[in-house]
Amino acid sequence: MSGSADHSEQGRIAIVGASLAGLSAAETLRENGFRGELVLIGDEPHEPYDRPPLSKQVLLGMAAPDRVALPRRFSLDAEWRLGVAATGLDVKTKELSLADGGTVAFDKLLIATGTRARAWPNEQEAKLEGVLTLRTLEDGVEFRRLLDRKPKRVLVVGSGFTGSEVASGCRDIGLDVTVVERGELPLKNAMGGVIGEFMAEQQREHGVDLRLGVGVEALEGESGRLVRARLSDGSVVEADVAVIALGGVRDVEWLKSSGLAVGPWGVACDPGCRAFDKFGMAIDDIFVAGDVARFPHPLFDFQFVTLEHWGNAVSQGATAAHNMVSEASDRRPHLHIPNFWSNQYGLNIKSVGAPNFADQAVVTQGSLKSKRFVMAFGHQGRMCAAVAVNSPKWLEAYERLIAAAAPFPPELQAIDAPDDPQIVDPDFPAPNDKEPSPYIALTGHSPVAEYPIEASMVIPAR
Amino acid sequence: MRVLVDLNRCQAYAQCAFLAPDVFVLHGGSESLLYNTQPDEGRREEVMRAVHACPVQAIMVEFEAGENGVDAVTIGGTAGRQAEGQPK
Repeated sequence: MSGSADHSEQGRIAIVGASLAGLSAAETLRENGFRGELVLIGDEPHEPYDRPPLSKQVLLGMAAPDRVALPRRFSLDAEWRLGVAATGLDVKTKELSLADGGTVAFDKLLIATGTRARAWPNEQEAKLEGVLTLRTLEDGVEFRRLLDRKPKRVLVVGSGFTGSEVASGCRDIGLDVTVVERGELPLKNAMGGVIGEFMAEQQREHGVDLRLGVGVEALEGESGRLVRARLSDGSVVEADVAVIALGGVRDVEWLKSSGLAVGPWGVACDPGCRAFDKFGMAIDDIFVAGDVARFPHPLFDFQFVTLEHWGNAVSQGATAAHNMVSEASDRRPHLHIPNFWSNQYGLNIKSVGAPNFADQAVVTQGSLKSKRFVMAFGHQGRMCAAVAVNSPKWLEAYERLIAAAAPFPPELQAIDAPDDPQIVDPDFPAPNDKEPSPYIALTGHSPVAEYPIEASMVIPAR
Repeated sequence: MRVLVDLNRCQAYAQCAFLAPDVFVLHGGSESLLYNTQPDEGRREEVMRAVHACPVQAIMVEFEAGENGVDAVTIGGTAGRQAEGQPK
């Protein structure tokens, strides 16, 4: 267990970001013996709630959008400041500025501000009734309201995980759906073109009007309500609801003058979650966790990786919190192996590791044809990931192979191994800084790669 | 009560769906678990059995919303005034 030095048990810890990572961290702090003041600050006016149900159970009517609060394990004895955003951070004086004009002083800070949905770039069009992103509880309530009006057609812009799940759910409740995806295949960034091709087939089989290789140029309304979309190939889609599912944007604007290593991929930190400043030096009292964190991972040659995963938010919140109240020698690195799930088109999709790090892939169990398979992914001859479709029981074994950097292709004694397994190119797109963030972004080896360092910053003032 | 399932852990053994039907559902007979995030109080015993029966312990439940402590909550616009957190 952590050493209980005086400095760890008292003082005030502030957590900015009162969602999944923030709650996980808060609970871990108390479990690790922190007895000082705990303040959680969140820009949403809700206690922490779970987002995945918003694109699944809520859409299907199985759960209400305003009934997704996360269960608590015990009383936190914390002060909550909800519905107020943090607007600035003074690292020297250890003070947060808040949107209501207040300030919060801290001894230690956890940054867990996460991501927000990328908005539709045209502000006027985004304001049309029927146009929405789907990330917050309010979005869930509005989406429910729109669905209850039985829209003529739902347009889904972007076929990543959120977009694909929304399209699937809308088909489940009998609505007409058009999905518009700029890339050549859905989910290609996340799982490669081989699985992307498979997913495109599933969408079409479920009656989705799938448009690939095109974008939405304009959303048009009448009397303030969406009526149609104009696509880049000249075609027009008549739709009264448009879900904008173009990925996430990290909530780091509030830190731009803070002097931390901040960029579009988040706040860079060390493997123990300590934030880096713009020179790449670790700051002892400021930690980062969850979607907003960019951290070096041994599985990927210590490249900085940033994840938008539920599992990482929980795990990294706990790692950061543990380290915040531990002696340096008791700290542990965040070695979480990325994992995520998605449920769509009658498929349970699970992934472990980073598929997009792979240069080779092979179906090790089942077959794409049967819609039940496991695909293993390799990077330079070592296991780096596995994706299981309708095969949730097998991934633990693959996770162990990945953690051990076992050889690829893996030697397994699977009862449902294909007769003639083919090693293929998984067909991931080439890395491109301009694309919206995929779920597992490998962002190079520099803590400050995106932060332009001017000469005047390098030479000391005196 | 508040229910949460760690769907990374879930391996579709479906003990929950058997013990607390409609609260936990394997969607369309597939291996995708859907669950009611806030089932009624009347399902408490079934849900408790589901929690204990899950072979991978993927289910977490707070039985009385707020039973694990109600912290002082300030919602934006009322900075400085403490309000009791209310369960939904």
